[in-house]
Amino acid sequence: MIFPITVLLLFQLLGEVASRLVLPALPGPVLGMVLLLGALVTAPKLAAAIRPTANGILSHLSLLFVPAGVGVVGHLDLIAAHGLALITALVLSTVLALAVGALVFAGVAKAMGQADD
Amino acid sequence: MTEVWQLWTYLSEGPLLWLTVTLMAYLAAERISLLAGRAPLANPVLLAVILLAVTLWATGTEYETYFEGAQFVHFLLGPATVALAVPLHANLGRVRQALVPMLAALLAGSLTAISVALGIGWLMGLEMQALLSLAPKSATAPVAMGVAERIGGAPALTAVLVILTGVIGAIVVSPLMTILRIRDWRARGFALGVAAHGIGTARAFQVNETAGAFSGIGMGLNAILTAILAPLAASLF
Repeated sequence: MIFPITVLLLFQLLGEVASRLVLPALPGPVLGMVLLLGALVTAPKLAAAIRPTANGILSHLSLLFVPAGVGVVGHLDLIAAHGLALITALVLSTVLALAVGALVFAGVAKAMGQADD
Repeated sequence: MTEVWQLWTYLSEGPLLWLTVTLMAYLAAERISLLAGRAPLANPVLLAVILLAVTLWATGTEYETYFEGAQFVHFLLGPATVALAVPLHANLGRVRQALVPMLAALLAGSLTAISVALGIGWLMGLEMQALLSLAPKSATAPVAMGVAERIGGAPALTAVLVILTGVIGAIVVSPLMTILRIRDWRARGFALGVAAHGIGTARAFQVNETAGAFSGIGMGLNAILTAILAPLAASLF
């Protein structure tokens, strides 16, 4: 259990370094994900070693957003101060982005003859 | 009575109490979500947040005190993001095969999220700083806050908008995809990651592993694209 956690933290650390030195626009963990993917492709054995822990964390991804979510409750007045405009823009843009993204994906996949279901 | 008060004062100042309460609230939220058959509105993030907000309010606890304990959970967001490489690697063959649909959906979804948010906000007379805070809200929080800061938005407002976007996306996705008759798990997951980042990805993993893997990719790619597109779109205003 310590080995997989160390691997994840190590790649997050490498990602933070890459973010500071090379790509400040992207956060360390996202770059760490890309770097770990590269490592998994070159060393598939590593994937087997960290899979149970990685999947364990990811199956409870919801939990990890809870502290930030509680912080949002205290700042709902920021949203309320802008009335309906902010919340309307938020809901419509999210729903439309979901619909357009999924329709384009399914449409292009179908046009290329590579449906998956 | 003073002993109870002293005990409370002791416990409420250390990290143990609020870390434990956070985990308990999440377990309760998970139980409710499962009992509700993973119904979209019974979203575990939303339920746990409500339970905790009520608890903090009832006990008169400051968020800073709460976060002393909850920070250990919050910290795991970093390693969890890195861990997304594992399902991504397991699905690499399908990801390679779906490269063209993915890139098309990424561009369409990201552009829609940014332009509709800016367009509606502008039409409804939103002030400039709020508008600029809104532009990057579909990206994962650290990216969105960084972008907001660069283009003249308020990062604190963006943080709130990012979380709300995630919760909205996680709640509407299943009914929306049913209405649109999209059954391809790759399309559903990917669009969710692009539109609703990690909270969407958490929902995707609840429903289907393939959807989760593609959602994680969508989130990562949209972090990159939003960092490019949001400043461009904001420069139009």
